[in-house]
Amino acid sequence: MKTTASLSTKLDWQLIIAYILLMLIGWISIYSAGYNSEGPNIFNVNYTYGKQFVWIVLSLIIGFFILNVNSKIFSMFANVYYFLTLGLLVLVFFLAKEVNGAKAWIDLGFFRLQPSEFAKFTTALALASYISNLDFNIQKKSNFIISVLIFMVPFILVLAQHDMGSALVFLSFFLLLNRFGMPSWILYLGFYVIVISVVSLLFPIYWIIGFLIVVASVILYLIRKRKEFVQFMMLAGIVILVSGIYSFFIDLVIKKLDKHQQDRIYVMLGKSEDANGKKLNNYQVIQSEIAVGAGQFLGKGFLKGTQSKGNFLPAKETDTIFCTLAEEWGFLGSLFTLGLLVFIMIRIIYLAEKQKSKFAKVYGYAVVCIFMIHYIINIGMTLGVLPVIGIPLPALSYGGSSLISFTILVFVFVKMDSEKWIYA
Amino acid sequence: MHDIYSDRKRMIQILLILSTSVFIMRLFYLQIIDTKNRERSNNNAIKEIIIYPSRGQIFDRNKKLIVHNENLFDIMVTPSEVPKDIDSVKLSEFLEIDLPFYSEQMRRCKLKSPYRETPFVKQVSVENYNRFLEHIHKFKGFYGQSRSIRSYPYKSGALVLGDIGEIDSSQIKANQDYTYLSGDYIGKNGIELSYEKYLRGIRGVRTVIVDAFNRIKGSYSNGEFDSKSVAGDDLVSSLDIDLQVLGETLLTQKSGSIVAIEPSTGEILALVSSPTYDPNLLTGKIRGKNYSKLLTNKYKPLYNRAIQGLYPPGSTFKAIIALVALQMNAIDVNFGYNCPGFYPIGAKRLKCSHRHAPCRNIMEGLMHSCNPYFCQTFRNSIEVPNSRTFFSDYSKWYKNLVRFGVNQKLGLDIKNEKKGYLPDTGYYNRMYRRSWRATTVISLGIGQGEVLMTPLQIANSYCAIANRGFYYTPHLVKNIIHDGKRYKNPFLKKVTVPIARSKYEAVIDGLERVVVSGTARASKIEGISLCGKTGTAQNPHGEDHSIFVGFAPRFNPKIVVACIVENAGSGGGTAGPVVSLLIEKYLKDSLPPNRMALVNSIKSRHIINFKLNENDSIPKH
Repeated sequence: MKTTASLSTKLDWQLIIAYILLMLIGWISIYSAGYNSEGPNIFNVNYTYGKQFVWIVLSLIIGFFILNVNSKIFSMFANVYYFLTLGLLVLVFFLAKEVNGAKAWIDLGFFRLQPSEFAKFTTALALASYISNLDFNIQKKSNFIISVLIFMVPFILVLAQHDMGSALVFLSFFLLLNRFGMPSWILYLGFYVIVISVVSLLFPIYWIIGFLIVVASVILYLIRKRKEFVQFMMLAGIVILVSGIYSFFIDLVIKKLDKHQQDRIYVMLGKSEDANGKKLNNYQVIQSEIAVGAGQFLGKGFLKGTQSKGNFLPAKETDTIFCTLAEEWGFLGSLFTLGLLVFIMIRIIYLAEKQKSKFAKVYGYAVVCIFMIHYIINIGMTLGVLPVIGIPLPALSYGGSSLISFTILVFVFVKMDSEKWIYA
Repeated sequence: MHDIYSDRKRMIQILLILSTSVFIMRLFYLQIIDTKNRERSNNNAIKEIIIYPSRGQIFDRNKKLIVHNENLFDIMVTPSEVPKDIDSVKLSEFLEIDLPFYSEQMRRCKLKSPYRETPFVKQVSVENYNRFLEHIHKFKGFYGQSRSIRSYPYKSGALVLGDIGEIDSSQIKANQDYTYLSGDYIGKNGIELSYEKYLRGIRGVRTVIVDAFNRIKGSYSNGEFDSKSVAGDDLVSSLDIDLQVLGETLLTQKSGSIVAIEPSTGEILALVSSPTYDPNLLTGKIRGKNYSKLLTNKYKPLYNRAIQGLYPPGSTFKAIIALVALQMNAIDVNFGYNCPGFYPIGAKRLKCSHRHAPCRNIMEGLMHSCNPYFCQTFRNSIEVPNSRTFFSDYSKWYKNLVRFGVNQKLGLDIKNEKKGYLPDTGYYNRMYRRSWRATTVISLGIGQGEVLMTPLQIANSYCAIANRGFYYTPHLVKNIIHDGKRYKNPFLKKVTVPIARSKYEAVIDGLERVVVSGTARASKIEGISLCGKTGTAQNPHGEDHSIFVGFAPRFNPKIVVACIVENAGSGGGTAGPVVSLLIEKYLKDSLPPNRMALVNSIKSRHIINFKLNENDSIPKH
């Protein structure tokens, strides 16, 4: 068939192969993590690894299907998909059963559907659709507010399901907005808030205020002859005052979080006791560091990891799958996997920049943002540099919803990329 | 369409590069620099399970099992693995402990090491362990370790067999040939101690992978680092346990000891020290408590009188005096002495204990146990009238005595053997400033004075007589059974006594007459030619000690028995009958009914009042 042949020449095979490679690495790691001597066959669907194989095959079928449909069905009906998933997210409150404290899954019998996973995709489409409007101007307040609302609505719905990890993914779209013209100070303010939050958990408030005053004074001294002196002084005063108040209330803010999330933040900050002086459970952090570290340079070897097989790692097949990989394949294997993940993101950025269609370009960046936040939070958590937040690793973690939604994200972009000459 | 914000992609790229750099540095630190994580993961997941070998069992010479193992379980705990909400009430109930003990043990174990497994409750019975096992999933951090304690079905031979106890740190350090671990059991005395290296076996180890719940997931590295435990060697003791039991029965509530030896081999058939105790008292949990009770008891039941008790051999010494004198040509067989009822030493007189007809030869001297006869015999051995060779003659005499095992450790295969005492020339020279003669030390001739012997030495010296010129090192273990094969005890040694074979018959003839018509007439055994010698060891603190040593049959003797009963009067009275009963039991296999009456009457003669507990019952375990 001529069309198929010509399609394959237009596909970005580098991206596809890297993604399939990651899925296979994930599958092997899941096999290793969940290895059960009673069912040692990697295709045994009674075990996670057999199921993951089914998800991989299903993902590839869906991917193939996506590549062979008219890509207009994504751009044209973007808002329809978006509102459908919003409906599903609401429906979750009535139908979902609780798993690990989160009410995020709808049980379909053969499959536990996690609407939040698909909401990532449809939100990306909706954002792309809205931003690629010809009359869209992010400098306009109404346009900016609507674009923020597009991802803040699912963010709040998912957060309400107590699924912190999935909710955080939507916040990554601030990076997307920034890419397409959002005033950068919003992003810097965001970073500043994060820094102040962390610092106020670690140090007493008067240290922070003292430090800020010292910094401000030094800057004021340096610019004492400039005309912005007074302006800066006022700004500095406001920043210090607001930071102080914010810092003062940060404990209250933290206490609004769930207990286990509070604890995870304290643990990540290197504290051994919480605000009430109770000893914190940093078991997962220690065990995942041991698992990663035990890999050393070359790893323990396939199926020789004891940390995951011995159940020392919670969520060994899903959120901490990287530990199993790092334990069995060592520094080299870890670097290779991180390399593949980074390659996929760099490649999508590279391809997105080449898109003629703004829809495809925005969508490409949306995919990068989603990938990146998963990547940073998951690996950061595994390596003990970020608090423990339940979030899967793209293409590697066990789970049908997550794998299929990532595959859809990637393959829809590949499809759009293959048609970059058709779009104007 | 021109994208005016194209530079903004840098922000995303920088974030990506920055986070990835942090990750790589962190990976580098965890995987390359911090090398302890591999070990930590191994400590997490790889557990070494020690497989304790079963300790060798001990049989008596007739293949009766006299020491065996009883299975028990130590409940071990790894404190750090115990969850806070563990059902300690249930656990305490299963292990039959109370809650304060639980908390105290837990505190102690944590103190020792929170991450290493420590015995929590020791020696839990099989029933309790099984109840625990059914619920083991509720008790994370706990598991059972099979251990065994010793069991002594015949309840006798305590000091010979010895006991085992937990090794202490000094013993761990002292042992170079085998690595003991804290918590191992080791022989503390008796055969258990001397044959420790045969009995203990070799500890095995199984390395397994466990999960976070301490469940075994499988063997580690296909058992590459595993080793099987090797059971300890079984021992065949020389003891005849029935004889041992009879001996202990006969000495009920009497201080004393019995040593029975097979003269042709040196195998000890019975080694009784009385008062004694049930060896089961020193097994398991009750060991510590009972040990201190035994240690503080005024009758010193832990003191092995058979090998540590020092007694003047008394008249039993006379047979050896006679043999040495014959060998030294100081007398001949027909040396006669007309006993006036005393032996003159200068102005003093040494009384003869028996009134009897004149002794016309050595046989009659022995038969009457005539003191003056042997004083003269002894004097003739070391003092030739007007000779200048007195000191060297005494030295020659002394050397002959030593060859009989006097003033010598015989090399018994259990610890604490005493060497006895017999002064040499140097000692007397220092004591009497070289001005001493036979009369100064004349009481040696009748086994009194400075000479002291253990019951084992007395029995052993009669082995030399029974064998007509040699003895084997007395020993308690006949064979070591290794891998199903019997091996001879490697410690065996034959010692010859420098007395010409021709000199023995006269003395043995005399010893036979002692029983037939002499001082031990009460010890005659129907159908058995018993040769023996009574003795009475003078005891300045009370009633004399009753001594008898004898062997039978006269030709080709099968058994030598020495018996000392403290404060029981003359040798013919108590010790003689005891020896005759043991010999008859050994040679005839059982005692005729008429002799059982004698057993009971001796058994019910109580000289001491030995009690271990007020209620004196043996605790069940």
